Formats: sequence, structure tokens, C-alpha cells
Amino acid sequence: MSALGRVVRSGVGRRRVQTIVIGLVVLIAVTSAVLGGSLLVAANAPFERAFAQQHGAHLTAQFDGGKITAAQLSDSAQAAGVTAAAGPFQTASINPVDDHGRDIPPMTVVGRADPSGSSVDAVSLTAGRWATAPGELVVYSDGRFRGNQRTLGRVWQMPDLPGSPSLTIVGIARSVSETAGGWVAPEQIAALTAPGAAGGYQMLYRFAAADNAAQVDTGRAAVAATLPAGALTGATSWLTTRLNAAGNTILLVPILIAFGVLGVLMAVLIVGNVIAGAVSTGTRRIGILKALGFTPTQVVRAYLAQALIPALVGAGLGVVAGSALTIPILAETNQIFGTSDSGVAPWVCAVVLAGALALVAATAWAAASRAGRLRTVDALAVGRTPTPGRGQWAARLTGRLPLPRPLTLGLAHPFARPVRSATMVAAIAFGAAAVTFAVGLGASLNQIQAADDNHGHVVVHPGPPPPGEPGAEGGTTSVQPIKPIDPAAVAKVITAQAGTAGYSGSAQTEVTVAGLANALDTLAFTGDKSAYGYRMVSGTWFTGPGEIVVATPFLTATHTRIGDSVVLTDHGTQITVRIVGEVFNTENRGMELLTALATLSAAEPDLQPMEYNVVLRPGVDPGGYAAALTVALEPLAVSAQPVESGTSSLLAVINALTALFTLLLGIVAALGVLNTVVLETRERVHDLGVHKALGMTPRQTIAMVIASVVVTGLVGGAVGAPIGVLLQRLVLGDMGRTAGFNLPDSVVHVYRPAELVLFGLGGLLIAVLGSLLPAGWAAGTRTATALRTE
Amino acid sequence: MTVPVIELQDVIRKYDAGPPALQQVSLSIAAGEAVAILGPSGSGKSTLLNLVAGLDRPTSGTVTVDGVRVDELGEAASARYRRAKVGMVFQFFNLLDDLTVADNVMLPAQLAGMARGAAQRRAKELLGTLGVYRHAGAYPGRLSGGERQRVSVARALMNRPALLLADEPTGALDTASGEDVRQLLNDLHSDGQTIVLVTHDLALAEACATRTVQLVDGRVAADTTMAPAR
Repeated sequence: MSALGRVVRSGVGRRRVQTIVIGLVVLIAVTSAVLGGSLLVAANAPFERAFAQQHGAHLTAQFDGGKITAAQLSDSAQAAGVTAAAGPFQTASINPVDDHGRDIPPMTVVGRADPSGSSVDAVSLTAGRWATAPGELVVYSDGRFRGNQRTLGRVWQMPDLPGSPSLTIVGIARSVSETAGGWVAPEQIAALTAPGAAGGYQMLYRFAAADNAAQVDTGRAAVAATLPAGALTGATSWLTTRLNAAGNTILLVPILIAFGVLGVLMAVLIVGNVIAGAVSTGTRRIGILKALGFTPTQVVRAYLAQALIPALVGAGLGVVAGSALTIPILAETNQIFGTSDSGVAPWVCAVVLAGALALVAATAWAAASRAGRLRTVDALAVGRTPTPGRGQWAARLTGRLPLPRPLTLGLAHPFARPVRSATMVAAIAFGAAAVTFAVGLGASLNQIQAADDNHGHVVVHPGPPPPGEPGAEGGTTSVQPIKPIDPAAVAKVITAQAGTAGYSGSAQTEVTVAGLANALDTLAFTGDKSAYGYRMVSGTWFTGPGEIVVATPFLTATHTRIGDSVVLTDHGTQITVRIVGEVFNTENRGMELLTALATLSAAEPDLQPMEYNVVLRPGVDPGGYAAALTVALEPLAVSAQPVESGTSSLLAVINALTALFTLLLGIVAALGVLNTVVLETRERVHDLGVHKALGMTPRQTIAMVIASVVVTGLVGGAVGAPIGVLLQRLVLGDMGRTAGFNLPDSVVHVYRPAELVLFGLGGLLIAVLGSLLPAGWAAGTRTATALRTE
Repeated sequence: MTVPVIELQDVIRKYDAGPPALQQVSLSIAAGEAVAILGPSGSGKSTLLNLVAGLDRPTSGTVTVDGVRVDELGEAASARYRRAKVGMVFQFFNLLDDLTVADNVMLPAQLAGMARGAAQRRAKELLGTLGVYRHAGAYPGRLSGGERQRVSVARALMNRPALLLADEPTGALDTASGEDVRQLLNDLHSDGQTIVLVTHDLALAEACATRTVQLVDGRVAADTTMAPAR
């Protein structure tokens, strides 16, 4: 082994704590980066590939056939920024029933003669053939109705249209742009258009620039400007479609990026601190090495290697850990696309590995370069004695505090080494920020979960209660036919039940909206507590028929805002409604309409609630209430159960990842403190001997060392907690934007002042935990040995 | 017969390698004595001082100081023992650079729990007595070697110890400063302070000590009572 190799090996071996700290911090940073990078790439890659192959539409636009002509639409292809266009294609909204009389979700069908002949949205057939004649239908493979090989040949009827026209499914096709629920021959559209309805047109556009929402909006505005006002009734951006396609895994990316950034910053900080500390405490050693003939470059390389060896091990393990975590998380994406990607992109691993090592090398070089610059004679003379004089003012000041002397001595220590103390503050701040961020994120996600789950304390369903629930008949397994509910009678019983604060009854149906290919779930409410559990982002809850409340994705997909009116088609009847509120509602990815039952009663006179959510007065036990209500409802063949909240699998994954990374970052922060306190203790070992010789007991020594990190812990916590809050806001906002939701205040503002104080004190806890080991070491140091140390 | 303040019986101190630093040493020092431990480098002088100070423990044998079995004390009890019974003066002063002279002197008393006000009064008195009160607010780095050793002696006397241990107290001083410290130790002994002095300096031993103990290879080679100090 070369002389340099021996020096490096002894350096790595002698500084085990520092070596472990570097390895661990790089491991965390690389794990986060590999996981985040792989998820980002894997979540978008299948869509991107398919979109490129099919020349996907950047904008799918729906037009009112009564306000525009096909010729005008053809001219819109010349609008500024449009590089390619397809259409106009005639459209119709249909409400089919299958050959067994069962309702099929409503869908928008498009008249297209050719699946792939156009320059935009080259639809790919996955089964059967294209519809070439009236009476034939090609179904979109991934819509609300999932077409597959077995559905070929089935016949659907449209009973709400004159003559009840029928369509035979002849093909299954996939449009990555999701431009239609189904396709028919162009001449079929007329028979599928309700009498008196103007019908619609669809145009598909590709723009020169469509990388973000602003660019797509610019393109949309350019198209709209070439056409009569009001003709454009709806449009869907490819960004919305891509978002839906990416699935939930994309939501993890902002969290992982946050932890990755924290990890990288901590890695830079701690690697820099460790190497600077090694140079500082090894000044005499450096002097000896140089006196023996080591060149400055060799000395720098020796210290560089001391950082790079553990970093290489940490980075390698980080790649393995990141890859191992990526695979199970991506199972969901694979399901969506039917792909079998392992999810681990080798180039992501390579980039992260190279980036991490480059960062460590640069940081270590910056810290180690001082070792190269040190003059041999100075290094030999200075040795490890710290420069006197610094921090004397602090010692004088703390000496006047009415505290035991060991504490006041310790409190002054950070001021003797301000730069080192600043790095310790930063390490603690990152740790406190990670804890604050993680707890806040968890609270926000639980709020989101609560917003999804909690719309009452007791739920009332038709039929008897399930086995095991209060009022259930033991041992009965036979399926009883569910009788229709008598809404008025059920409402009367609920209202009369002691403990009822209010209730909402909800009926579920589907409607279509111009510009959206798929039908939308719609919840139509009765009762006085329909708003219970819903978190408003802006606007108000509906107060009567004709008003709807929607989530952000709906507003985005339809390019509408609060106050706008939209036209719903429900069983062939067109209903104009006004959007009065934006609600945080993640059901059906936010594509769900909430309205009063009366809004749809003209289109669906038979629509009635199939579920009731009961809100209880404070202090009422939901279990007892549900049992009593079930008894009261028995004659109506309806039963009640208390609402139980569950945790979604995605939330569980996020919580687990957040806890894992927080724990690791907390440990690294504590190790950063430990490393610094070890350095401090080594440098002060002679003073420690003096203190002990003068009568300082081991307990007083421990108190002094712990006190030396109190100020840095408090400052680090005070700095870190607000950073954590800021990070929570940034990540949550980014997650919301990624998912396409604006978030209500109750989800974002989750910190109480007292909690923030506790998070600030978390910095102190990290500092104290990190100092315990060196404090014990200091207390156990033999006085005579310490006194001999110079 | 005077009750011994320090009593070592059959003390052996072995380290990991090499011959024992102390071999079968028995020694008794009475209150008010000023004893100089003499011997060449490696003879065991500092080891003996460390054992008496409770900084180290014998491999075998007993060390009793002012009725306390020092060899049986744990770390915390040793620290309390040093506070109560022992004042130490070092060759290189061992003053803390980031504390003022007054703070250095007050430190043993404050570690023992004395209130700051009381400690200040005692430090003022000692610094005045030793002629360095004008430096009370200064930092040790600004003082001459002799002044630093005076401050070191003041710190050692802060808790009114039964025993003053001095390890080469003039070893790092110039001639004038050395003479200054010599006179100081003489004055303290005259006032009844028991002193154990480790030194190479025969002149210092002759000037300050009433008795000399010569150590050679860890054994007591000679134990001589001298004429009263001048």
C-alpha cells in the first residue's frame, strides 16, 4: 500500500464516527433522490411514449354545433401556435343500456371515419375493427366503461332517443388523449343526437408550445379568438390527461424531492464540517505529514479520500435502497398502464450516484484545501491548541448568569468556534425542519383523509345491517333483495331520533358535460347537513337547485371558475347550472359534481337518496345511536351503522416514507451534533483535565458538555421549525398542484402555536441527544491523561 | 506525634508496559510540612503527586489524605475530594484562556457550589494577598509567567485546602519569576500550609522544603529532614 493509502486508511479508521456520519447522510440523500427520480420518470414515461406515438392532442376542444359551422372550425387550424389539428368531428352524448337492460355510464361519442388517419390523436385499436357503418361502435378501452375482448359483439341501445337506436361494439381502441368514450361512423351521429339538440363538434389541436398550463391556455385562447364567442363549450388540456394517467405515485415526488433536498443540504453541511474538523484537529498531523515529504496535493487528496470512501459506500447502499423502495411503490403505475417496468431507470441511478459523489468531492475539497495551504512550520507549532481569545466575551457574560458554573461554562463554548457552531445550528435546523415538516405533512394528509371520509357520524343504507353490526341477525348469510327507500319516511325517522343534529341524503347518478369525454359522477343531496365534512376552498355551498359545487380538477378540465354556468346532460335532458363553490373533494379524482337533488329532478324524476349521513349532537355515542336508529328504521327496511374511517394505502405509504426519512434525518442531525461535540471535546480535552483537577465531577462535566449545545440547539430549533412549516406549505402546495387540487385552509394550516414551540424545542432535543455520547466520554476521560494532552 | 496528613502505604503503580512507576512506596507527611519530591525524569515524582491528588489510583497499596482513603474514591468522590482538600499548582499554570483571572481563581469555589458573590470576595482577597489583583479583569494570556503562576497559586488556595500540591512550579519561569514563586511558597509554608512540591530544582527544594524525598526508579531512595526553611 502506498504512503498516501496508509494515511487515508488510518484516517478513515481513526475517525469512525465521522466516517459513519458521512456514509449515512449520503445514503439518505441518494435514497431519496433515486426514489424521487425513478418515480418521476416512471410515472410519466409510459404516457409520454404513448402520447408521442399517437401524436396526442394538446387540446381537445368541444364546440356548440348551433353556434359554429364545420368550415369555421376547419379554419381554426390556422390559429397562431397551432401546428396540427384534426376535425371537426361531430359528437353526441349517449346514455346506453346493455343487452340485459343495465345502464352503461353515459359517454360522449365522436364520429370519426378513420382511427389513425389524422395528424392528431392517432387512435390505436386494441381489439376488433374500426366502425365503418351506422350501427357500429368502437369503445374506449380505459373509460368509465372498460371495453375488452369479451365486449365485442355486444349490442347497446339508447332508449331515450327516438327509435331507440342500437350500436354493436365492433372494436376497442385506446386514445392516450382520452378524446372520446367511443367512436362511431360520422353518419351515425345524427341518429344519436336528441331531438332539438344542436349537437356538437370536436376539434383536436397540437401547439408549438404546450409544456405548461400557461402555454396550453395561450393556445386555447388563440383558437377561441378565431371563432364566434360562446362557440367553445369545453376543452381538456393534455396536462390534465397526463396527470390522471400518472396515478397517485406522482404525489410522492414533491415529498421525496423535499427530503432529497434536505438530505443533500445536510450532506454538504456535514461532509464539509467533518472534513474541516478533521483538518482542524489534525493540524499537527498535517504538519508532520508535510515535514515527512507529503506534497500539499497529496495531503488534500488524503482528506478528500477520507470523505469519498464512506460517501461511495453510502451512495452505493442508497442506490440499492432507493431502487428497492421504488419497485413496490410503482406497482400501481404498472397496473394503470399494463406495463411491467421495474421502475428503476438505470440512468437515474447513474446520475444520482455521480451527482452525489461529485457534491461530496467538491465539498470535501473545499474543506480539505486548507490542509494543503497550511505552512508546515505553522502546523507543527500550532498543533491542536485552539486559538485563544475567541468567545471570551461570551464566557464573561455567561459567568454572570445565576446558574451553576458548569452550565455557564458550557453555554459559552459555542461562541469560541462561531463557524463550527453555525454548522451545528444548520444541522440541527435541518433536523428540526424535517421533524416539523413531517408532522405537518402527516397532519395535512390526515385532514385530507378526513375530508374524504367524514360526512356524518352514522350512515344509513337500505337493507339490514351487515353481520357483526348492531341490529344484525346472527348467522344470516342469505342475500335479501333491497327494497326501494321511502325518502320522506326515512327522513322523518332520522329527524325524530334523539341525538340527531341533522342529516343529508345522497343520490348518485352520472351526467355529461360539454368538452369532457367521460361521464361525471354526481351526488345529489337532500337534507340540511349536505355540506358536513366538505372543506370549501372558495365560494359557498349550494343553497338550492341550479347550483353546483365542484372540485379544482373540474374547474381546470372545463376551464371554468366560480360564477360560470355549465350545461349538464342528464338522460338526454340539458340542464344549465351555475358553479357556486370550489370544494376539496378527491372522489373520482375531483371529477364529481355536488348539487341539490332538485337540480336533477326534471331530468330524473325517479332519482332518490340511497344513503343518508347523520350528524349527531355533541356527546352522542354513534354506536348506540346507530343501534337505536336501526330499530326505529326496521319497518322501512333500512339500517344504520356508525361511520368508520380507514387509512388509504397511498396515505400509509406516504406516512411510512415520511416517518422513515424523518427518523433518518433526525439521526443524521444528531450525528452531526455528535461529530461536532466530539471535535470540541477533543480540542478542549486539556481544559477538561484542568476543570477536573479543580474539582469538576463527572456529572458536572456532562452538564457542561450538554450545556454547550443548548444555545445551538435552541437556535437550530428556532430556525428549523419555520423552515419546516415553509417546506410543508411548499410541498403541500406542489402536491396539490400536481394532483390538480387547490387545498382548503384546514388542510394547509395545521400547526398550532404551542406545537411550533415544541418543534422548536425539538432542535434542543436533537442537540442534547447528539451530545450525550461525547459528554459521557468527557466525563470518563482520565484527568491525568487529559492534563498531559497538549 | 503529629497526625500525618498524607500517608502512603506500600503503594505500587504499574502501567501497561515497562517497569512500575512506583514500587512499594510508603511515605508519611505531617500537617504543616513542606516536602519536596526530588528525582530524575521518569523516577515516579508526578505519578506520586497524581495519586495524592486523586487524579490516578495505585495498582496496590493505600493512599490516605487528611483521613480520606483516596485510592478508594470513585470519579465523583475524587473530584469532591480535590475541591475540599487539595489545591494544585502546575508547571504550565493550566489557566483557562477564555476566562478572566478572577474567573479562573473563582472556579474551584464555584464548582463546589459557593455563591458568586462570596467567591468574588475570596478571590479578591487572595489576588490582593498575592499581588495580582490589578489583573483580576485581564485574561491570562496578557500576564507574565510569574504573574500567571501567582494566579495559579491563588486558584489553588481558593477553597482553603489542607494540602497544596505543586508540580514543577518554577519549571516554566525565568529566574526572577522563579524566585518570586519560591518566596510565595515560603510565605505560605510559614503560614502553616502543608505543601508537597515536585521539582528538579534543588535550589527550590532547599529554599521551600523542610524535608526532601528522593525517588529513583519508583522507589524512595532517600528521605531527609532539612533545617527550617529560610
